[in-house]
Amino acid sequence: MICTIFKREFLGYFRTPVAYVFLIVFLTASVGLAFFLGNFFKNNAATLESYFLFLPWLFLFFAPAAGMRLWAEEKRSGSIELLFTLPVTTTQAVLGKYLAAWAFLALAVVLSFPMALTVGYLGDPDWGGVLTGYVGAIFMAGAYLGICSLTSALTRNQVISFVISFVVCLVFVFLGWSVFNGALGAVLPVGAVDFVANCGFIPHFDPFMKGIIDPRDVIYFLSVAGITLFINVVVLER
Amino acid sequence: MIEVKGLVKNFGAKRAVDNISFSVRRGDILGFLGPNGAGKSTTMKMITGFITPTDGTAIVDGHDVRRDPVAVKRVIGYLPESAPAYGEMTVGEFLGFIAGVRGFRDAEARAEKVERAIRLTHLESVRHQTIETLSKGYRQRVGFAQALLHDPPALILDEPTDGLDPNQKNEVRALIKSMASEKAVILSTHILEEVEAICTRIIIVSQGKIVVDETPAEFRARQPGARLDEIFRSLTVGDMA
Ligand SMILES: Nc1ncnc2c1ncn2[C@@H]1O[C@H](COP(=O)(O)OP(=O)(O)O)[C@@H](O)[C@H]1O
Ligand SMILES: [Mg+2]
Repeated sequence: MICTIFKREFLGYFRTPVAYVFLIVFLTASVGLAFFLGNFFKNNAATLESYFLFLPWLFLFFAPAAGMRLWAEEKRSGSIELLFTLPVTTTQAVLGKYLAAWAFLALAVVLSFPMALTVGYLGDPDWGGVLTGYVGAIFMAGAYLGICSLTSALTRNQVISFVISFVVCLVFVFLGWSVFNGALGAVLPVGAVDFVANCGFIPHFDPFMKGIIDPRDVIYFLSVAGITLFINVVVLER
Repeated sequence: MIEVKGLVKNFGAKRAVDNISFSVRRGDILGFLGPNGAGKSTTMKMITGFITPTDGTAIVDGHDVRRDPVAVKRVIGYLPESAPAYGEMTVGEFLGFIAGVRGFRDAEARAEKVERAIRLTHLESVRHQTIETLSKGYRQRVGFAQALLHDPPALILDEPTDGLDPNQKNEVRALIKSMASEKAVILSTHILEEVEAICTRIIIVSQGKIVVDETPAEFRARQPGARLDEIFRSLTVGDMA
């Protein structure tokens, strides 16, 4: 069941030109930012850090774009009545759709791999760090899309779904953003600031960029996805 | 086959369905009548497990929809009002998806089910067309094909002829009639002649309650000589207010 729903949803992205536009814009933006703002070449270090650095910000736009239609569109068109009178459980439907969106965003990330090859050609990169960076980006995408899938179930309007997803994801990014944490440090004790930062995305993505896979970071991203998807099921069954 | 027991549905303070009970056996075609807003669709959505009843339940082929909704969904073919589908898929892709979710794992069995459904509903000429580009009549047929695909013992059709032209209406009625002998069918409508043409039993609901449950002949005998819609009007006056 999950597999059939996954397949329909994943291929669904490619039934309209939107998917190709999405992929092209994502690649242009992510690689472009790495080149021009991230001092990709001047860094002298052959790593993809300047690419990964911008991902939490880029996902703010691209995860809601990939996730907004998941449930909002089913509700708008009425096909949700068809889906939920087929012999599938809500959990199966939620997982099938979520995994499709995740696979789509992961595909967008992985398509930047030619850039990794460029780095490899120009320098002598730490391939381990490149690999963990990609792994971390995919786990992080999973957390973003959990949020987007949930917010998409709250409305029948894709635009509203996009905006709510964006705002909620923005909160998660801000919680762990060093600039925000620095400002917080002026008013809160260090322990409290650390706690807040730990709830955000960036501090859990940082180690991946540096070549470290810490199980706690993996668990963090999976829990965000797990909790949001659980609420997603509850919202739909309400 | 389908046993409805004391279904109630409240939407906020409004009671849309008020203690509806009936049963339908194989071979029966139950005409579920009532003015707009009487509670027909809401009752059907509860039987098919799409919405949870406030009270009561429905038992389909031995499965209680509140205890085991997935088992009920397996034995029902359901055509929702206005036949929703995934518009960006082609007819063939869409029916293939339905077959997959209905558990026809292997490609051959799936293709066979899809072929049969396409043949029964005469969709051959549009199978490679996306559903959103189809006319209302064809879209309704796609909804039918989807409901019939797994050859279910229970069919629930919400206004299956709504929005069709007279020829298409007749075609749909003929299709329902041809399948009815081994199935339990519930079809909702607000067209009386439709019930006359194919139903073996009439239930009229008004403001969420059953006001009539009898055979078309009994119904006609209520006021000999009167037109059916006059009888209907006199029974459902409450809804006009
Ligand atoms: N989701 C809903 N929320 C609130 N009221 C609803 C909802 N669905 C239906 N109703 C109300 O319940 C009543 C019965 O509706 P419905 O079952 O669609 O009638 P019918 O199919 O007989 O035309 C109507 O008054 C309708 O406005
Ligand atoms: Mg209705």
